[in-house]
Amino acid sequence: MSTDRKDQHSDLEEMGRDMSTTMTDTAMPETTAPSRLGGTALTLAYDGRTVAEDLSVAIPDRSFTVIVGPNACGKSTLLRALSRLLKPKAGTVVLDGTDIATLPTKQVARIVGLLPQTSIAPDGITVADLVSRGRHPHQGLLRQWSRQDEQIVAESMAATGVTDLADRAVDELSGGQRQRVWTAMVLAQQTPLLLLDEPTTYLDIAHQVDILDLCARLHEDEGRTLVAVLHDLNQAARYATHLIVLCDGRVAACGRPEEIVTAELVHQVFGLTCRVIEDPESGTPLVVPGARRRSGA
Amino acid sequence: MRVLRGAALSVRYRPRAVTATAVFAVVAFAAVVLTLGSGDYRIAPAEVLRTLFGGGTVADHFIVVQLRLPRVVTALLVGAALALAGAVFQSLVRNPLGSPDMLGFTEGAATGALVVVVAGGSSAALACGAVAGGVATGIGVYVLAWRRGVHGYRLILAGIGVSAILSGVNGYLLTKAQLMDATRALLWITGSLDGRAWADAVPLAIAMAVLVPVVLITCSRALHVMEMGDDTAAALGVSVERVRLTALVAAVLLTSFAAAAAGPVSFVALTSPQLAKRLTRAPGPNLIPSMLLGAVLMTCADLAAQHAIPGRQLPVGVVTGVLGGGYLMWLLATGRKAGRI
Repeated sequence: MSTDRKDQHSDLEEMGRDMSTTMTDTAMPETTAPSRLGGTALTLAYDGRTVAEDLSVAIPDRSFTVIVGPNACGKSTLLRALSRLLKPKAGTVVLDGTDIATLPTKQVARIVGLLPQTSIAPDGITVADLVSRGRHPHQGLLRQWSRQDEQIVAESMAATGVTDLADRAVDELSGGQRQRVWTAMVLAQQTPLLLLDEPTTYLDIAHQVDILDLCARLHEDEGRTLVAVLHDLNQAARYATHLIVLCDGRVAACGRPEEIVTAELVHQVFGLTCRVIEDPESGTPLVVPGARRRSGA
Repeated sequence: MRVLRGAALSVRYRPRAVTATAVFAVVAFAAVVLTLGSGDYRIAPAEVLRTLFGGGTVADHFIVVQLRLPRVVTALLVGAALALAGAVFQSLVRNPLGSPDMLGFTEGAATGALVVVVAGGSSAALACGAVAGGVATGIGVYVLAWRRGVHGYRLILAGIGVSAILSGVNGYLLTKAQLMDATRALLWITGSLDGRAWADAVPLAIAMAVLVPVVLITCSRALHVMEMGDDTAAALGVSVERVRLTALVAAVLLTSFAAAAAGPVSFVALTSPQLAKRLTRAPGPNLIPSMLLGAVLMTCADLAAQHAIPGRQLPVGVVTGVLGGGYLMWLLATGRKAGRI
């Protein structure tokens, strides 16, 4: 039994290494890029309800990968699996060539950061205190707060523009400010890979753009690999360097937004009739839903 | 927030929390000295101190160290153990109502003790029964609440359900007991420190010597992070289920041993962590301040129980119950004002 598993494991490792090439033939025309994080032949299920079967994805290094798809297509589930919060029923999530489930959780937390959809700010906690908790995977019983911790927390708050809020209580802040604070917390974790589960939900459009600009800056300036689940296809097309379109637990398309976002794809995945034009601001694809035909008009 | 740094060591602390904790320790000690000096044979505090540190007359020594000290030490330990268990539970379920007395563990300890009483067992057997009952209830609630991990609300609901069933069972057991036994059992269920000897304090002291370091070293930092949600904690590298299991086991054992020593004293576990949080103004489980505040509440309640009604001693559980109920009302009133309830 144990040798079986070992064989399977090395097989999967092999697959993980070869993934970029095998995927080239099928769904990923562009990605021959190296990938530290990916999933092979994943079956993902909640309470016996299977969300995805035989799902394989690779996150290209130093990309801003955005996962989009209709409601309940398995976007967030995939992100949870990639961050080892959900154990796949079959298949492996591979981080740096190793099955993520076999790695110590603290070690994973130094490589992969995650901003979940819902986090709880403890009663009365200040911004600085919350952000400092992002240092947890780097701390120990005797090493609770080094100078390095202090410096990184300050930098994270500066990068997200929350330095002025440092002594405010998190529960007094507005939604947009709060999201920046949580982003600062995962930044303080200092992981080369950062996963964000719907970071723009509950924010108005200005704050959505604000957070996405921040993400883009983190990606460009610091060479981080970002993976975000987003609802808005146009925002995804504008910000992503690599887009993964999920539909019913399968990858419907993936690659650069300019190359894969077409009216046919949107119709196939979302069942929406639309036109895809060039975004006058960024030159990326812009999905314009077809107008409703009014009776009598 | 201040930091102490050495070569390979850095410790963060909040000055206010440290001050508050020191004050709790002083108050607890003062209550201990007062309690040791009070009773039918009064001894001045200065004499009590002298006796405690090896001086004093033979008579004083006999009264203070032999007769009264076991009771006071039991009160200190029970208060600290219950408060620590309460702080751990409230942090785990992220709810101020999530204390062992609400979740049925103290009821379970009472059931275990009552079974022994009905069977006509000794005091030592009664304590063993209490520990066994508390632990069995802990396992039962955990199994009932388990579904891909144990989550706060399910744990509270399962605990309240089990607690209701057990209080019915306890009532039934009381009617089955002999009259003398039933009286003894009733006193135990209220929570009482009367006639406590070293034999009552020692098992609890041993349990705490093991469990308190386990909780403080392996769970304290993880509990801080787990207050931000299981997903966030897991993403920050905490083995959420393992920490939760360790903390639950430790807290159930602390509660059970405390109940074995003094009966299921109510409300100390519920109120101490919340009061500690308000006094230290620190987020997080406040484990050490809660523990000391629990010791303060328990010793002060015992002092009040001995003197509230002249010439008559009350069981300490009556005092903690009245204080705790009042506190709960206050929490409700202030919560309503703040629009939270």
